[in-house]
Formats: sequence, structure tokens, C-alpha cells
Amino acid sequence: MASLITCPHCGSRPKEEFSIRGDALPQRPAAHAPDEAWHAYVYLRDNVKGVIFEHWHHVGGCRRYLVVERDNVSHDVLSVTDAARFRRAAASGQDGVVAAGKDLA
Amino acid sequence: MRYSALDIVRQAFSGNRHWKPVWREPQPKAHYDVIIVGGGGHGLSTAYYLAKEFGITNIAVLEKGYIGSGNVGRNTTIIRSNYLLEGNEPFYEFSMKLWEGLEQDFNYNAMVSQRGVINLFHSDGQRDAYARRGNAMMMHGVDAQLLDREEVRKMMPYLNFDHARFPVLGGLLQKRGGTARHDAVAWGYARGADQRGVDLIQHCEVTGIRRDEAGRVLGVETSKGFIGCNKLALATAGHTSVTGQMAGLRLPIETHVLQAFVSEGLKPVIHNVITYGAGHFYISQSDKGGLVFGADIDYYSSYAQRGNLATVEHTIEEGVSLIPGLSRVKVLRAWGGVMDMSMDGSPIIDRTPIDNLYLNCGWCYGGFKATPASGFCFAHLIAKDEPHYTARFLRLDRFERGLAIDEGGKGPQPNLH
Repeated sequence: MASLITCPHCGSRPKEEFSIRGDALPQRPAAHAPDEAWHAYVYLRDNVKGVIFEHWHHVGGCRRYLVVERDNVSHDVLSVTDAARFRRAAASGQDGVVAAGKDLA
Repeated sequence: MRYSALDIVRQAFSGNRHWKPVWREPQPKAHYDVIIVGGGGHGLSTAYYLAKEFGITNIAVLEKGYIGSGNVGRNTTIIRSNYLLEGNEPFYEFSMKLWEGLEQDFNYNAMVSQRGVINLFHSDGQRDAYARRGNAMMMHGVDAQLLDREEVRKMMPYLNFDHARFPVLGGLLQKRGGTARHDAVAWGYARGADQRGVDLIQHCEVTGIRRDEAGRVLGVETSKGFIGCNKLALATAGHTSVTGQMAGLRLPIETHVLQAFVSEGLKPVIHNVITYGAGHFYISQSDKGGLVFGADIDYYSSYAQRGNLATVEHTIEEGVSLIPGLSRVKVLRAWGGVMDMSMDGSPIIDRTPIDNLYLNCGWCYGGFKATPASGFCFAHLIAKDEPHYTARFLRLDRFERGLAIDEGGKGPQPNLH
């Protein structure tokens, strides 16, 4: 795992400043969505071996949620994006969330 | 392979060059009754109990590395049954009882040492929580003792009792807990399974699961070709999502790396297993003299069997804050293992939506102590198609049914369990 994370707001910072929430890709269902949708959102994970997107909270800095794209086998960090920007890019119908993350890197 | 005193003498005089391999190295057959994917502790014990207790011997255990190369050889060897919840405690106590008879059962020295496991507490609230846990244990017929500060001081005078922030106020002791020699556990089960006709196939990686049109599993694609089976059992903790994906399963699991450490050999100093209630630090001393210890996972998802230096620092800071005398001890080795972190911190031993596919996963970092019961209960499930009584709560569908077994009360946040 890289020792430094490049926060889009604070620059290059030690990774101990961040708190890790988990998979950034599950989308919160509507409040009245069926139980199956909520079960999938809260409990089920793709848990991919390879490139993943993870929510990192910059608690020791700007306190923004970030989306860190990284390889969980080689531990390379590929991109870091503000979570709001990441989500807007994904919602704007670009070519999938994965592509959105790469465009913003 | 059997051992005798005469053998030892004979081998000693011939330079120990004529020992035979402990298990065969068979080529896979075309078809088995049961294929177990994963030759770790749980896969091997499942094969052993299937053969010994349930009379199924036409079994293959497929291991992508070699026997003992995964987490069964990467843990801190602690065995205990000091859980709070109804879903966990009888299961882990079943495991503890199997540990107590294991060496006689598989006739192999696993160096099971019931040296006592103590969980230290550092505040009044924590004492009350531990008293509650001790009472819950006793309700299930398990030994538990709540020790006060002076009783703990007699047992382990080297602790930092007067730490300004986290003074040691006492501890919850399970005397029957302790340690076992992790490699010997793998070897003992492997030998026992092999003797009963189980094929242990090493360096055989499963690359796919072949199913018929109705969805039933026909067999597995492997690096040694296709192997057919009637029943397929996954015991691939660490990589469960990867093997589950081959059958289209999406699971309540995230994979994380946990590190462990061993120091240079010291004279006997730590006679029990100690866990630090203010952190997540745990330590014991191996029979070779090395201090074996660990703490939290690295928090980020990882399939790499190596960890981060920040976690090394954090672990050793916790250790020194509990036992100041550790500050000059040299660390000899550190290593990492990847584990299934489940959504409630408890494991899964269950059938799946696919008729003849069985799942054993989600062990978080508590898999080693469960090795005997996990294998026994999984074998029971595979052989009889119904859960063993003590594992009946460890269901795959417990999350959607609102029956999570969340020992730590941390919610669906896998890196916090």
C-alpha cells in the first residue's frame, strides 16, 4: 500500500490521515425500494480482486469523502477523486462508474 | 505414514534420510463424490471428518499452493471459546472440546497447550461487559473467571498496570483456552484424511465451476483439467468472493489483510495468551521462545499477503503501551494473510442457492480456533444436507432475515470486525 495519498484538496498526505469506509460503488436504493435491493446495498459486495474503488474519508485533513481507485493486489493507487464529483460523473451517464473514475484522475 | 520410537532411533542412525512423505501425491481422478476447494485448515478438517465420522471417502481436496501455505500457517495460533452470543458460543465451545481430544483423535502431536486466555479490561464499563460475557459463557457450560487487578498482577506482573489512560483493572480468564501448533494441525488433518483415502491434490488451482443447464454443479475446471463431482464444497476463506464468483454468487464479504509478528526467542516470560482491551493487541509466547503477536487488520481491502508499515508501528505501539518491557525486543519476522471479513464478524457454514454447492467462509480473523468445529460442522452439512446443531445460526441468509450475529456490535462494516 502506498504511504502517500494525493488528496484533490490537500495534496500529497500520509495515508494515516484517512479513515477507510469501504466499497464506493454500491448505489443507495430509494427509500421504498424492495428489501432485496436494500439487502444487496448494505450487505453484498463484489469484492473484486484487482482494481477497486473505495471511500476514504480525509479525517486528518479536509474531512471530505474521497474515492480512491487502487489495485488491491499490487497496492498501487491509480486515482483519487472527490466523492461528490465521482458520483456526479457517474450519474451524468458517462461510460460507467469505472470510466468516470479514470476520466477524473 | 506412522511414527514409532523405534523409527526415531533407526532414522537417527541413518542421518534422517529415509523418512517417507506423510501423504501421497495423487493425480486427480475424473470424478469424486465430494470436491473440497481449499487445502487449508478448514478444508483438510472437513475432509478428515467426512471420511472419519460420515463415511464419505471418495473426496478430493484441491489446493492451489501447498498444504499449509495459506492462513493455517499464518495465524497467531490462539484457541479459545470466550464468545458472548448464542449463535457463536456453543459452536466455539464445540471446537474447544474437539481441540481437547484432537491429538488422540488424529494421533498426531498438535502441541495443544491450554495455558489460559485472558482479556484485560481498563474501565468500569468494560469490566461490566466482560462480566456479562463471562456469565453468558457459563450459561453455556464454559469456564470463565473474572479476575481483579491484584489477581492479574500475580499472573503477569510485567503489565503496565498504572498506564495513565488505560490502567489494567482486571481481566476475563478462560483457563481452557490457549494455543496449538498451527502447522501440525494442518499436517495432522492432512495425514488423517490421506490415510482414509482422501486425495490431497496440491498445486491445483480451480479456475472455474462447470454447471449444467438447471444450475447444478458438474465439477470444476482446474489447472490440472476438469474434475467432476457430486457435491462441491468451498473452503477458500480469503478468496471466497473469487471462487463464489465462479458460481455467480455475490457474498457479504470483503477481503482484508491481517499481519502477524514473531520476536527473537526469549526465555519463558509470557505464560498465557493476553489480549489488550484498550486496543486490539494480542500476544503469547511460542514453545521456541518467540513472542507471537498481532493487532488490527490494515483496514483497506487487500488480496496481497503483505501489510503496511503503519500497521506494524501501530501494533508495536500497542504492545509497548501494555508491556513496556517489549520496547527492546527485536522483531524477527512479520507476515500477512488475507481473510474474509464478513458483514457481522461471524462466519458462514451453509448451503447456497445452488443445490449441490456448499459454502464455508467469512472467518474474519478467528478461523484458526474454529478449525476442528468448522470441519466437523461443514462435513455434517455436506453429508446430511442439514446443519450441525452448533452451526445452525451461521447461515448465509441471516443478513436478509435480520439475524446477523454481531459479536462486537459494529454493524455492516467489515473492516471494523
